[in-house]
Order: sequence, then structure tokens, then C-alpha cells
Amino acid sequence: MAEHLLEVRNLSVDFHTAAGTVNAVRDVSWHLDRGETLAILGESGSGKSVSASAIMNLIDMPPGEITSGQILFDGDDVLRMTVAQRRALNGKRIAMIFQDPLSHLNPVYTVGWQICETMHVHHMPDDQARARTQELLRRVGITDPAAAMAKYPHEFSGGQRQRLMIAMALAMKPDILIADEPTTALDVTVQAQVLALLQELQQETGMGLLLITHDLGVVAEIADRVVVMNQGVVVESGNAAEVYRNPQHPYTRRLIDAAPGKGDTREERDRQGEPLLRVEGLQKSYGGFHALKGTSFTIMPGETVAIVGESGSGKSTMARAILRLDEPDGGKVVWKGRDLLAMPPKELFAIRRDIQMVFQDPTQSLNPRMTVFQIIAEAWIVHPDILPKARWKERVAELLVQVGLHPDMARRYPHQFSGGQRQRIAIARTLALKPRLIICDEAVSALDVSIQAQVIELLDGLRRELGLSYLFIAHDLPVVRDFADRVIVMKSGEIVEEGPTGQIFDRPRQPYTRALLAASLDPDPVVQAARRATRQSEGLVPA
Amino acid sequence: MIQTNSSLAKERGRLATVLRLLWADKFACFAALVLLTVVLCAVLGPIWLSDEATRQNLRGRNAPPFELERGLMYILGADQLGRPLLPRMIVAARNTMAVAAGAVICSMVIGSALGLVAGYTRSRWSQVIMRLGDVIMSFPSLLLAVIVLYMLEPSVANIVLVLAITRIPIYLRTTRAEVLEVRERMFVQAARVMGTSDRRIVFRHILPVVMPTLITIATLDFAFVMLAESSLSFLGIGIQPPEITWGLMVSQGRPYLTNAWWLSFWPGLALILTTLSLNLLSAWMRIALDPVQRWRLEMGGRKNG
Amino acid sequence: MKRFIGKRAIASAISLVGLVILVFFLSRLTGDPTDLYLPIDATQEMRDRFRELHGLNDPLIVQFGHYVADLARLDFGESIRQARPAMDVVLEGFRWTLTLAVITMTLVTVAAIVIGSLAAFNVGGVFDRITSFFSLIGASAPDFWIAIVGIVIFSVQLRWLPTSGTGTMWHWILPISVLFIRPFGLILQVVRGAMITALSSAYVKTAKAKGVPPRPIIFVHALRNAMLPVITVIGDQAAGILNGAVVVETIFGFPGIGKQMIDAILQRDFAVILAAIMVSAIAIFLMNLLIDLAYALLDPRIRY
Repeated sequence: MAEHLLEVRNLSVDFHTAAGTVNAVRDVSWHLDRGETLAILGESGSGKSVSASAIMNLIDMPPGEITSGQILFDGDDVLRMTVAQRRALNGKRIAMIFQDPLSHLNPVYTVGWQICETMHVHHMPDDQARARTQELLRRVGITDPAAAMAKYPHEFSGGQRQRLMIAMALAMKPDILIADEPTTALDVTVQAQVLALLQELQQETGMGLLLITHDLGVVAEIADRVVVMNQGVVVESGNAAEVYRNPQHPYTRRLIDAAPGKGDTREERDRQGEPLLRVEGLQKSYGGFHALKGTSFTIMPGETVAIVGESGSGKSTMARAILRLDEPDGGKVVWKGRDLLAMPPKELFAIRRDIQMVFQDPTQSLNPRMTVFQIIAEAWIVHPDILPKARWKERVAELLVQVGLHPDMARRYPHQFSGGQRQRIAIARTLALKPRLIICDEAVSALDVSIQAQVIELLDGLRRELGLSYLFIAHDLPVVRDFADRVIVMKSGEIVEEGPTGQIFDRPRQPYTRALLAASLDPDPVVQAARRATRQSEGLVPA
Repeated sequence: MIQTNSSLAKERGRLATVLRLLWADKFACFAALVLLTVVLCAVLGPIWLSDEATRQNLRGRNAPPFELERGLMYILGADQLGRPLLPRMIVAARNTMAVAAGAVICSMVIGSALGLVAGYTRSRWSQVIMRLGDVIMSFPSLLLAVIVLYMLEPSVANIVLVLAITRIPIYLRTTRAEVLEVRERMFVQAARVMGTSDRRIVFRHILPVVMPTLITIATLDFAFVMLAESSLSFLGIGIQPPEITWGLMVSQGRPYLTNAWWLSFWPGLALILTTLSLNLLSAWMRIALDPVQRWRLEMGGRKNG
Repeated sequence: MKRFIGKRAIASAISLVGLVILVFFLSRLTGDPTDLYLPIDATQEMRDRFRELHGLNDPLIVQFGHYVADLARLDFGESIRQARPAMDVVLEGFRWTLTLAVITMTLVTVAAIVIGSLAAFNVGGVFDRITSFFSLIGASAPDFWIAIVGIVIFSVQLRWLPTSGTGTMWHWILPISVLFIRPFGLILQVVRGAMITALSSAYVKTAKAKGVPPRPIIFVHALRNAMLPVITVIGDQAAGILNGAVVVETIFGFPGIGKQMIDAILQRDFAVILAAIMVSAIAIFLMNLLIDLAYALLDPRIRY
């Protein structure tokens, strides 16, 4: 009998690109047994998905090459099997689900057909397959399975689609389920539901679950053991709670330290005086859909106000409406006493300097055909009275240093930088106009956890140095805990609750806020286990 | 535009970079050389060779190619009036190129200007412009050209005009589609947040991003227009004698196919080589003009799929 | 789906109407219409009689009214050269062109899809490079030249095929082959590109993870998604076949619409030209409708 159900031994994979050979993973070893959950934790570029792809024979072999190692499934080395034998394993004994279920489901076939296909490929007769599909759909929580089978993927929500993928993966009752970042693209509350579903299914079937993630909270919520990877090598492994309590490797320690939401919340500030920005009754509809239903709040000078909401809450619409990127249908935005929405273009132009925005996707927010210098100096071309041309080069260098970059980088193009660096360039661009308020629209959501912490630190530092105020938009509560003075919670176009950070986190009043807090995942496995118990006993998050 | 005092050095560097990228793709290199040759023929040919091209030599009537007794000029043979083919082809390059270039430049400028307007503004005019483009596109361009040239006469200016008009919708549609997409990108939003004027957004931010696609399409379009003009000349509705283009030369050789195949063969071959080179060059441009994709050529030029 | 088709149909109809108006004004405003209809050496008397007969002295609006009324009855007047209704002449020719176009586009579509899919499956491989090379040449070559070269080689030198005319099956081989090359080259490239994109997409990854064998992956999972952009191009090329047909029919003496139009132009038979334009435009309109229908059937996201 084999020792472990699945064991990866000394696996090394290279990728041959036109820019040279990349060692994707080097000498990686781990194992997984029946009934247990193993998490592979790593940031982007760590190689965390590579070993899973190798198991499923999903690596394109011309650029990729497995240079050494074994993958033992039930005692047999998968890498020595024929292509046909591996195909017989895929979907039947080892199954996989992916991030972003929308693109991973074929858009032109019904979901019923796609789930049945798994069973057809492994020689199950059609009537049996259809019956089992209905049963699976019911088990994963899809209402009206018979009708659902005839629908197409685009007709379902994100959470439902991931459930469909889970159903498809479980069709042949596999021994192992590999989940590659299954909840990364989902809302916080939906994430909690999907993770709960995975755990239940694992306990029912006794299969082994391999979870690949970058999120410490997910590890804490669901994993028994964890393997930490950095730049293609395993840096640490062991029991999840142990590793968290006693991290051995400096990288693991850095990851744990960078996890947000562990610090002290800010002291409550005194909110006297004239507000910097006052939003009253803001409304915006797109056709029949009411994105904003009349929201109001204020920002005092020097304050950081966070708006937290899931997708569809209207938080980004609010940011765009304040800046008049999309004209709102009603309401007032009062900046230093004057209503922005009623301002004539010339006055608005002058105000533009005072309010700037950092966008979510650093790749997209910088013009790919302009150098860093041109991107930052653009501000002074549009507003020539800020800085004389002779001083531009000097000032760009100053700004780059201020955001933690080297002045020489001014001559390069955006695609030559990493995500975190690009976001810093975007921040430098906003600072060029010497604004009073910066709106950060999910500015750190697309970044790795350790980079997130750095960028938030940068923003906080700039606030102290330059006396800035922030409107910080996020989809997740822990991120804003150490950083915001006040938190506003939004749902379906309305403000559900608002208050000082400490109050929101420690004494939330509204059920939605409580549900949001309950669904957020603490990186400490012990704490998270306790929270999970509370959550289930209070029935806050339905499975 | 921001010009630092190292701009001159940057210009020189850019030319060297382009040449290096070109060398990395051997097919594109070959294509560029062919096109350069054609352009040289078009520019210099008539100046030097127009006498040779029109000199009739009745003893050399329908002379076959590859016979060197008559001199280098006759290496490709001679036509039914004894005029040597090689110089005639070189001189014909000018008209062929000029008509195609004129049509492409006209349609590109007008089409992309209209496309920028239609894509960036959401006015009613954009709908009207698009409908107009659809009307022109809904009918095969050659037929449209044929019919219009029937009603007006086939002068060079009219031919350029007609070909330009039939190609405008291509640039219109492409530019509009690209502008619609680029307009929503975050760096354009960032420019709006800064208070940048619409005009500056269109010309400084959107146009440079759209330009590579336009140039790639223009290169392909040049080939198409060249072939279209050749077809028109071949059918007798295009350029009329005594002007010559390659298409006309092919048509003039048609009655002599059985005994003097070279009259039609060489001009056609010239057309194929030029068109092929344009296609190859356009494929190279798609990669070289995109700073994100450029590394494929910079790293030793191994063919990437 | 009905809304989608309906919208596109209206857009196409507007194009058709636009074309009708365009042709009318072009024919009236570019000079004396009698120049278009009558031979150059017609006397002033004949011209005056012609003008009276066809109401060319009436105000423009009235003329337009007559024009549209005639159009609705599909009455284009008489062909001057053949002394029968222009419409009959054109419809006869349309049959030939339609056959030519349908056979060619069917061959092109099938060949391009099969070869393009196989090439995309092994990108950069030998098969891929060879087919890419030939398709590039095919897309670059002028069809009239290929026709001529084809005639010289196959008819004159080898005497395998006839040079022109219609009659036996052999007469069709060269015209179809010549007409085939350009659309094939273009569509092959598009199919290849679309299949490469489809084969590297996320849902193909899922299919591989489920254990689906290679052939269903190509022809069931990838192909249907790749067809969406390809169909639009097929539609464009099918419309553009009329371009090629003009040349091919002229060279090979095929009595199709293209040849009729060229003959009519050289013989100054404007009624036939007008009728040919209308028939072609309506045919293209119907074909676009079919393409839109196919598109909506293939892509379930459009149906709702």
C-alpha cells in the first residue's frame, strides 16, 4: 500500500522563454492524504500552481519542461504514465477547480452538458449521468437543478458558477480535489459560503483537498497543513496553526506580519469644523438599475474615510460620481462650500487639482506609450500654472523618491515595472497636482499581500507628511482596519452603517455589517476556528 | 510635447532600434528590402528610364526574356511594340504606387478622423457617420468603383477618389472600435480626473495607442488598393494608356498569352512580390510597434507563434 | 434573439436604401443621363425622344418617385443591347454567379476550417508553417494574374482544361480554383488565429482537467467558440466574392452577373447595370441576414 495518497517528490519545472530559462519550481516536495486539507500558500510568481498543473498534465511542454522529480499517486509515478493513462486519471480520480469560473466554463454549452461530459468521458451511460448531475447540483446548493441544467454559464452569478465547477469536479467521486485560488474572484460573504461547502463535501466524501491560495485567512479557515512557497521553492511546511504561531523562515514571518487588520484601530477623532467634502443624497442609475440610491457622508480635513462594500454595492460608482467621471442623476457634492455638480466647467477645472484618484489596476492606469516622466509631467501640461517647465525634471525626481522609487526610472515605460511599482508611479502622478483629497478606488486590491502592506504604509506616510485626506474604497474590512479613521459600509447602493473604525469593528450594529465581519477571515487559525464556531452557531452565514 | 535636451540622442537611438528589430525577423527584412526597391523604382524610374520604356524597336517585337544579345534592358523580354519590359515595369511602378498611396493616405486620414469623432463623442452624428460607412461597406468595393468610374471618367484623380472612398469605412470602423475600448481604460479616466481637455485626451492619449493598429491596417490596405487598381486597369476601366501601371501591362499581354507569356507574367510577379512584402511587413509591425510585445523581437528573433 | 436579428435587419435595410438613393443621385447628377443610356453617337433627336419617354425632363423629385416605383416592381427597363427586360438578363446571369459563389465559399469554408484547426493545434510546427506560407501568398496574389497563369499552364501547355466558356464540369475547375485562392488564404489565417486563441483559453484547460481527449477538445470545445469571429469574416468574403467574380467571369467567359456588368459598361447598357446593382445588393442583404442568424444560433449569450 502506498504511503501517501498523493506525493510530489523533488519536482523541478523550467520554462524556456525568449527572455531566457525560468526556474518555475525547484526541488519541491509535499504530500497529501485522504481526508486532510493541504494549503499551498504563496504570492504571485511563487510557483504555487505549477506542481498542481504538473499533476494534471496541464503544463504546455514545449516552453515547459519537467527537469526532475516524481509525482506519486497511489504509489504510481504519474510522470511515467502514458498520455492516455493520465487522461483516465483526470476528472475521475483527481479533479481540479480554478479561479474565475466564468472564463473556465465553456460559454456556448449548457452547464448540464458540461457536467455530464465529465461522466461521458469516463464511460458512464447518459441516463445515469443526467441523474447524477441533478443530484450534484442539488448538493452544491443550486436551486431548481432540473431547470439549471439547461442554462448557460453566463446566466449564473459568480458564486453559483464556482458551485457549478465544484459539482463538475465531484461528478466521478475523485480521491483528490485540487482547488486553485477558488475564492479569489468572489465577494467576501460568498467566499465564506464556498469554503464552507468545500469543507462539508470533504468531510462527506473523505477525499483529499489541495487548496492553492495567496490568502492567509483562507489557510486559517480551511487547512490542516500548509506549505509556504516563495520564488519557486518551499520555504516552510507544517501544521497550519503551528506555522502561524511559530514561523521559522523569514519570508513566512514577513507574510504573517503583512497580513492586514492586526494592528490597533485609530483613535476617534474630533470632527468639529468645516468638512472638506460633503456628499448629500447622491443618486445614479444605469437604465433600470439603481447603482446609488441617495447616499450622504462627510470627510473632514486630514481624515481617512473608508468605504467598504461587495460587488454591486455602488462604492466605485460613488467615487466616479464625486469626480463627475459619470454624471450623477441627483444630489450634491459640496467641496469647500461649493457644489461640484452644479459648477461650470472653468471652475471645475480649477477644482480638479484638489481631488485626485488612484485606480485599481496599475497595469491599466498608466498610458503604455508614455514614459514615467511624461506620465507625471502631464499634470503640469494640463495645469501650467503649478510649476515652470524648467523645474519639471527636478520635481519628477523628487516625487519618485517620495514614493520610494529611483529617479532614473523616469525614462522607462510602465510595462518594465512590477505591479507595486506601477501603483507607486500612479500615486506620484496624483501628487504632482498637490491635491487635498485622494480617492483610492480599490488601490491595493490587485496587489500581493506584502506589497499591499507597503503601499498602505506609503499612503499613510504621505498623509502625515503632506496633510492629505483619503477616501479609501475596498471590498474587504480587514484591509482598512489599521488605516482608516472612519468606515462606511455600503450595500446595494445604500449606506448601511457608518462610524469610527473601532466602533464598526468592535461594536457593529447592523446585521449586514456583522455578516461582513463574520465572513472576513482572520489569518490566525486558532482565532479563525473560534470565529467559525460563532458564525455557525449564530447562523450568520448560510452555507 | 516634452523635449528634454537628450531628444536628439533619442531619435538616433530609435532608428537603430527599428533596424535592429527588423533584422530580428528575416522575412520582414526581406519584405522591407523589396518595398524599398519598389519605392526607389517609383521615384527614380521615370526620371532615368522613361526614354527606354517608350522606345519602340520593331525588330525586337515580342522578344523572349533571358536573351542577353539585346542588352540588359531586354532581360525580361519586350512587348508587342518592341519596348523592353524591365524599364517599362520600373516606370509603371510609379503610377501603381502613386494611386495606391494617394488612396490610402486619403482614406486613412478621413476615415480615422471620422472614427475618432464617432468613437469619442456620443452624439447623433456618430450614428449617422456609422450608417454612411455601412452603406459603402455593404457593397463590394470593386463593383462600386466600376460603377462610379462608369459615370465619371477614369482619370487618375477619379480613380484615387473612388478607391479612397470605398476604403474609408475600414478605417472608420476600426478607429471607432478602438477608441470606444481605449476610452474606458483607466489611464484615460486618470487624464479626465486631472482635467485634461477632450482634444488633448484624443490626440495625446488615445491616438498614440490606436496608431499602431491603423498603420498595420494601412499597410494591408495598401496591398488591397494596389490589387484593386490593377484589377480595374486590367478590366479596362482603370488607368488608360498611354499611362502605364502593372495591372494595365498584364491586361495588354493577355492577347499574346500563347506565344508571349512573359508580357503578363513579370508585371504580375511584381504585384505579388510587393503585396506579399506588404503583408509580411504589416505582421512585423504589429509586434514591433507595441512596446509590450517588442521583447519577442528583441530577444534574438526566434519565431514566436 | 429576435431583437438582435431585427436590429441588424433594419441596419442592413437602411444600407440598402442608402445605396438605392446613392445610385439614383449619382446617375442623375454626374451629367446627362441620356449619355449613360444611349450610345455616344446618338443624335439629338433620339436623345430628346428618350428624355420624353423616360420622364427625364421632369423635376428630380418626380423622377425619384418613378425610380422607386419601378424598383418596387423590379422593373428596370429594357436592356438596350438585348431588347428584353434588363431584370431577366440579370437574373439569368445571377444564377451562374450564385452557383459559382456557393460552390467556392463552401469549399473555402470547409478547407479553411479543417486546415486552420489542424495548423492551430500544433503552432509553429511544420504543417503550420507550410500552410501559413501558402495562405499568405494566396492572400497576396492578384486573381486576374493567377487566372492567366492558370490558363497558360493548364489550358495552353498541358491542354488539360478548356480556356473559357461553360458546358462541361471541366469548364468550372479553373474559375473555381482561381476564385478560391484569395478568400481561402484570408479565412485560413483568421481561423488559425481564432483557434489558437480558443485552444489557449481557460475553458479548454478545464476540459483537459476533466480528461477530455484531444479531438473533442479541438472540434467540440474550441471550434464552436472560434467560429464566432470567423463567421463575420466569412460573410465579408462571401460578399467580396462578387469582386473576384467580376474578373474571373470576364477572363473565363462565364455569363454571370460580373461579366454582364462589365459588358454592359463597355456597351453602355445602363439598365442592365442598374438591375445588376440591385440584384447584387439584395443578395448581399439576404446573406448578411443569414450570417447574423448563424451568429445568434452559435452564441447563446446573444440570445438573451
